[in-house]
Amino acid sequence: MKRIGTVSGLEELRGSILKKKDPEKTIIRICNTGCRARRSSKVIAAFEREIVDQALQDRIEIKGTGCHGFCEMGPIVVVDPANIFYCRVRPEDVADILSETALKGKVLERLVWKDPHTKEPVIFEKDIPFYEKQKKIVSHNSGRIDPTDIEDYIAVEGYKALAKSLTAMTPAEVVETAVASGIRGRGGGGFPTGIKWRICSNAPGDTKYIIANGDEGDPGAFMDRSLMEGDPHSIIEGMIIGGYAIGARQGIIYVRDEYPIAIMHLSCAIKQAEEYGLLGRDILGSAFDFTLKISRGAGAFVCGEETALMISIEGRSGTPRSRPPYPAIEGLWGKPTVLNNVETFANIPQIILNGAPWYSAIGTSGSKGTKIFSLVGKVRNTGLVEVETGTTLREIIFEIGGGIRKGKRFKAVQTGGPSGGCIPISKIDMPVDYDSLREAGAIMGSGGMIVMDETSCMVDVARYFINFLMFESCGKCVPCREGLKQMHEILKNICEGRGQRGDIELLSDLAGVMTTASLCALGGTAPNPVLSTIRYFRDEYEAHIFDKKCPAGVCKNLFEYVIDEERCNGCTLCQLRCPQGAISGEKKKPHVIDRERCIKCGICYSICRREAIRVK
Amino acid sequence: MDLKKVDSILEKHGCRHSEVIGIMQDLQEIENYLPQEMLRYISGKLELKLTRIFDIATFYKCFSLVPRGRHIVRVCCGTACHLGGAARNLEQVKRLLNVEAGETTDDRNFSLETVNCLGTCALAPVIVVDGDYYDAVHPGKIENILSGYYNAESEG
Repeated sequence: MKRIGTVSGLEELRGSILKKKDPEKTIIRICNTGCRARRSSKVIAAFEREIVDQALQDRIEIKGTGCHGFCEMGPIVVVDPANIFYCRVRPEDVADILSETALKGKVLERLVWKDPHTKEPVIFEKDIPFYEKQKKIVSHNSGRIDPTDIEDYIAVEGYKALAKSLTAMTPAEVVETAVASGIRGRGGGGFPTGIKWRICSNAPGDTKYIIANGDEGDPGAFMDRSLMEGDPHSIIEGMIIGGYAIGARQGIIYVRDEYPIAIMHLSCAIKQAEEYGLLGRDILGSAFDFTLKISRGAGAFVCGEETALMISIEGRSGTPRSRPPYPAIEGLWGKPTVLNNVETFANIPQIILNGAPWYSAIGTSGSKGTKIFSLVGKVRNTGLVEVETGTTLREIIFEIGGGIRKGKRFKAVQTGGPSGGCIPISKIDMPVDYDSLREAGAIMGSGGMIVMDETSCMVDVARYFINFLMFESCGKCVPCREGLKQMHEILKNICEGRGQRGDIELLSDLAGVMTTASLCALGGTAPNPVLSTIRYFRDEYEAHIFDKKCPAGVCKNLFEYVIDEERCNGCTLCQLRCPQGAISGEKKKPHVIDRERCIKCGICYSICRREAIRVK
Repeated sequence: MDLKKVDSILEKHGCRHSEVIGIMQDLQEIENYLPQEMLRYISGKLELKLTRIFDIATFYKCFSLVPRGRHIVRVCCGTACHLGGAARNLEQVKRLLNVEAGETTDDRNFSLETVNCLGTCALAPVIVVDGDYYDAVHPGKIENILSGYYNAESEG
């Protein structure tokens, strides 16, 4: 019944879907993925209940969508066609949104975004500075379509690029379009995607595989999660096109186990694509067969590395192997395999639809297109942002991100996850692209961008990443396994006040060995967080080692909590909550902390409403 | 061990060696951990060496070989959460529950786990208890969060 057998069948279906849509109908879009952590599902349930109660089913449609990007303000609700943007919506607000906004077109000022400086309300998404500077190519569907409904995707030109590839282009033409577009892998390495496809398509063999890497292991990054959850069909479409280009008839999406909604939405999308004949045999009458399945990760960071990932799909513990042979020649089950990041695949339909010249006109000379970043940490507007490559860090952090929270000072931004580095304020006007970041000692990585302020200790950040990698190292090669252990030991000593003269040099020496001698990129890039913090924040290392002080107040042995007498109004809250009974003082008079008893649990620091607890 | 459930999971995956990780993930959902007898049983059924199954069970973080508590407290230790004070939060949970990360309380009510990143970095620091997300957590909030998970199991 539903199966589409031809390209004209797809166009007819698209036409009938669009015809059914009433442009005047009120559609309320709510994030049903990332915002679920802020209980958006309760808001959706409230809408659904209220609509039935008020018998509005014919007039108003509720649409659960993927991420709108502005996670800081979630749960986000957009009322269409007027495009009114509401932030931090609670179930209590639902009745008003329906009766006032949906039915009368009245804007509820209490729910719209307000400029933090001028307090001016901003009604429409496009006018909010967070969105103004973005260029959404890959994430444009997320937040707009229902990811669990293939027809919603087809309505927005979905699977049109697939139809074009299969019927109007040869596999070689698809490969060359990818090459000409200049797109580079979005997973971290930045290898030109088209070249990888060309190598694999030229590799001998009838059986080939294509794999999407959705094992987004970098802590602090969630771009891939939002794409898989919010627009799974664009990834699937990109993979089918890639399979056609290289001659693979079987594709696998490897998804992190920590992302249950992504697994659910992808499974649903695959099932629907099969029902519509967009996966399976003889797709759109082109005689091309392609099947797709999901492989769930099981919680191992190293499986983001391509050879380890393939070994994991084969059902073994995922430890990397040495390359060459590269997977494009010898990959999954020993067959030629292309592995790309999910964001790379989501770019492909756009490149095919609009052509390589269109794509290569976006971005910088060496880094084409856009990149999605997860902008998090001490920045005011946290969330996902998609910008043209070459946009400066200042634009991303201060214009889109709205600067640093609570009026604190910017210290650094960490990009590239555990393989990346920290970039200081002096480089804030640097364009963000693969090459500039590498030059600055960081990497593009998968797109995590973690902003740090004066309360972030850079030695602790280095220790954090090395500790992370020490646990995630598979242990197969010595430089990585032992190097990380020793580095961690040194950094731990520094953070706990046992640092010694020569530690910084020893760290640098170890880093050199690990970079040269490790088997895979995990160990090879592991020293980056240490090297970049030493390069830009050597003074903080020295303060820890020589003065035994942690200027940021993070390393427990190297600071004390004190109460600022000027600020403390003696409200007694900290005294009541201190688990050690370490705080004393009379009501309405400044309190004091007993240094001997304090265990630095941080409760007083986090609950004081007057910010009277200071770090010394 | 519910043999019927185990067999149906094996059947769903077609008893293939390449599916062993998926099989073990599904099996773990039965009792929230992988009992030894279950692993011995599938080793026989799949004709796969027990050492390989043990290798997988210990290599991947999502598997547990020991019983876990009724409630699973997961403290996210991703970068954004770390900067927001995840370490202080973890300390506080440890103090309150009197267990280390990876351990279960004596009354089997709570298991404490750390997780590399939940991808909810915009809400950092995050703690998840049985799928309920708590955002912008600080040490002063934790006692209150955990208190919601004591009632249901009071009968024992």
